Amino acid sequence: MITLDSKIPSGPVTEKWDKHRAEMKLINPANKRKYTLIVVGTGLAGSAAAASLAELGYNVECFTFHDSPRRAHSIAAQGGINAAKNYQNDGDSIWRLFYDTVKGGDFRAREANVYRLAQVSVNIIDQCVAQGVPFAREYGGYLANRSFGGAQVSRTFYAKGQTGQQLLLGAYSALSRQIGAGTVKMHNRKEMLDLVLVEGHARGIVTRDLVSGKIESFAADAVILATGGYANVFYLSTNAKACNVTSIYRAHKKGAGFANPCYTQIHPTCIPVSGDHQSKLTLMSESLRNDGRIWVPKAKGDKRPADQIPESERDYYLERKYPSFGNLSPRDIASRAAKEACDDGRGVGPGGYGVYLDFADSIHRLSEETIAERYGNLFEMYERITGENPYKSPMRIYPAPHYTMGGLWVDYNLMSTIPGLHVLGEANFSDHGANRLGASALMQGLGDGYFVIPYTIGHYLASEKTAKVTTDHPEFKKAEQEATAQTQRLLNINGKRSTNSFHRELGLLMWDKCGMARTEQSLKEALKRIPELREEFWRDVKVTGVGEELNQSLEHAGRVADFLEFAELLCYDALEREESCGGHFRSEYQTEDGEALRNDEKFCHAAVWEYAGSNNKPIRHKEELTFDNVHLATRSYK
Amino acid sequence: MKLVLKIWRQQNGNSEGKIVDYMLDDVSPDMSFLEMLDVLNEKLIAKNEEPVAFDHDCREGICGACSLIINGVPHGPEKATTTCQLHMRKFNDGEEIVIEPWRASAFPVIKDLVVDRSSFDRIIQKGGFITANTGNAQDGNTLPISKIDADASMDAAACIGCGACVAACKNGSASLFVAAKLSHLGLLPQGQPERGSRVLAMVMQMDEEGFGSCTNTYDCEAACPKEISVKNIARMNRDFFKASLFGV
Repeated sequence: MITLDSKIPSGPVTEKWDKHRAEMKLINPANKRKYTLIVVGTGLAGSAAAASLAELGYNVECFTFHDSPRRAHSIAAQGGINAAKNYQNDGDSIWRLFYDTVKGGDFRAREANVYRLAQVSVNIIDQCVAQGVPFAREYGGYLANRSFGGAQVSRTFYAKGQTGQQLLLGAYSALSRQIGAGTVKMHNRKEMLDLVLVEGHARGIVTRDLVSGKIESFAADAVILATGGYANVFYLSTNAKACNVTSIYRAHKKGAGFANPCYTQIHPTCIPVSGDHQSKLTLMSESLRNDGRIWVPKAKGDKRPADQIPESERDYYLERKYPSFGNLSPRDIASRAAKEACDDGRGVGPGGYGVYLDFADSIHRLSEETIAERYGNLFEMYERITGENPYKSPMRIYPAPHYTMGGLWVDYNLMSTIPGLHVLGEANFSDHGANRLGASALMQGLGDGYFVIPYTIGHYLASEKTAKVTTDHPEFKKAEQEATAQTQRLLNINGKRSTNSFHRELGLLMWDKCGMARTEQSLKEALKRIPELREEFWRDVKVTGVGEELNQSLEHAGRVADFLEFAELLCYDALEREESCGGHFRSEYQTEDGEALRNDEKFCHAAVWEYAGSNNKPIRHKEELTFDNVHLATRSYK
Repeated sequence: MKLVLKIWRQQNGNSEGKIVDYMLDDVSPDMSFLEMLDVLNEKLIAKNEEPVAFDHDCREGICGACSLIINGVPHGPEKATTTCQLHMRKFNDGEEIVIEPWRASAFPVIKDLVVDRSSFDRIIQKGGFITANTGNAQDGNTLPISKIDADASMDAAACIGCGACVAACKNGSASLFVAAKLSHLGLLPQGQPERGSRVLAMVMQMDEEGFGSCTNTYDCEAACPKEISVKNIARMNRDFFKASLFGV
């Protein structure tokens, strides 16, 4: 039975973090080297944590399944990172970033965590500049900003359309420095397969070496997971191909509560699907909505090319419905509006699942050169994928799964319900509520890694004083045997269907039944089909090759096996949350004009699921959320 | 589209490899190159054969995981494009396509088209950073940086670490990769204190890893999916001589 103690410090929200920092226990610099910490994942959160903890003097064992820590999917973030610097003198402040994030999250995030995030946002920019991140500059040499969805101030820092890449390379360089210094031992191409608990505490992990196939154990004083989100449960998403739920799901099976899995973000501006061969979807940065106008024809089934549809016959639906935020409405709202237009028969492009993102006005107002300077690389990418030139004809876009706000439940110290298991970045649930604002994922990943975990992990280690364990402990042997057995089981099935065909089928099912809009009926259908599909998988999947060498089929099969269990959890959560909020839209719960209808009386809480054994329904717990500072209100961007 | 694929198959680092022919006859011009390989792999699995191993991840041209020498050219025929962003509309119906792994002694083959590029990481670990512990930093705007310098630094920082420059070079030199990192940091004021020691340490490690020397043939720049300029190599050489002759 899990217990949820969020450990939010007392006092006003503006003082909680300072007070907590003053009260947390410390570990003497000379004693830090006696502790070993495991960090799984090398994206923004993982790399930042591993580097910062090693700088403090801890021994760090860091793991990635990639060939290099620099490949983590944080690298693909395009648009930018928010920070409450108020360099633009446009009314921004820590309070306003806090307010925007809580409101943007549709009042389903924990206020204390969000306020801390807004506080550390300013330190993140400073740290990144010091590392040599080449942020965009004004001619005077000062840092430039752009606007992003869900905010009326300009607080987004960026490096062309490659902000995630530059921030990750900054964190990777800090991590590399520690690897070179011998304080971080880096394990490339090693995938975590299980979490090991000793006397109820997270004390290590079991991994598979993806090149040799060797199953190994690693012991530590605490474990940090920074393994990203689970949007690939939809198969087609903007996530990288290898992104998966395995680490956090296996931790969930070992007792970590999983919070709000139904909060999935569907990003409004992605390149539409072109055929059955599609292996992933490509995001077009939200920053494009600064200068692009979104529209569909007013008439249903209007098949004329865009340039032959006169102005009076176009529906700029975001500008019409949300005049104050217009094309910069938050992601959940912009996505649903696109779906609505397409479901109404006014979609454009092959199949009718697309809307226009049109730059003609901006090119006319600012010149093609200026637009190229701002978005050149994105325009090129669009042309490479679609074969169409967006300077001449409008882009076609459609929403796609992009980010997952749900994740392992953590307390204020970023510790899960398993003592010693800490969870950072997208892998946890804490800061974005039911919807994440653009340019806030990078902020959270780096905030957790650079400025939160270095404080809270010391407090944990100093308070717990657990005895040392080694990998000779029987719990490690047991977990190794289970991991070996699962690998062997997958290889022995020798059925008829490929792993990919199962993943594709699951993804389509989730998109249809639990995607942008969900109903009680669709979710019950999904909950009926998922166990059948899982049973088929374990009976009929074909995994070629052997376990003792590089075997990409085997890696994929292990990840899909976990998605096939996790998908059920996601649907249970969506079914039981009988309201619409942020990225979770239940069609039964909407206002007359189609907006999300929250039910604060019954659902102003985080739903935290406890694993109850295979084929048993998980147990739902609640962490009540209170809003003392940003008062509960219907979110309006009109 | 119908295609004849000639693909390098190699069981592991210790075994001999060879080119194996595969026919593929239902390729859509809208597929990406890697999606075309996905289709091939599904067919191989159906026939109980092992699929072709290749590195890939983001499939949007930024993670640097994908590689492949396609018809003799790293990342294939389209300029400034990674393999994952290359689409089949750039090929002709009936075409024969030869697909090989990166070829360089510092990038040993692990399996089929997958190579070991950890030598790049080790070069970065020797000096590809600015020593700035978390918490050291001053306010970001206390250090104005001219837009021209910041943009030039960004152009060099755009390197994705894929290794196409090495694969394209007849000497297997990593000069463009190393020079890009040195320029990224060396063009910024933050990078100045370690500029000399950085170039010495990184160049030494590059040599130790078994990469060849640069003989200015510019194949690296032509192959680079991010169009990193060879001017960076000139800057690296200048910094290297300066640091060698006058100290760091």
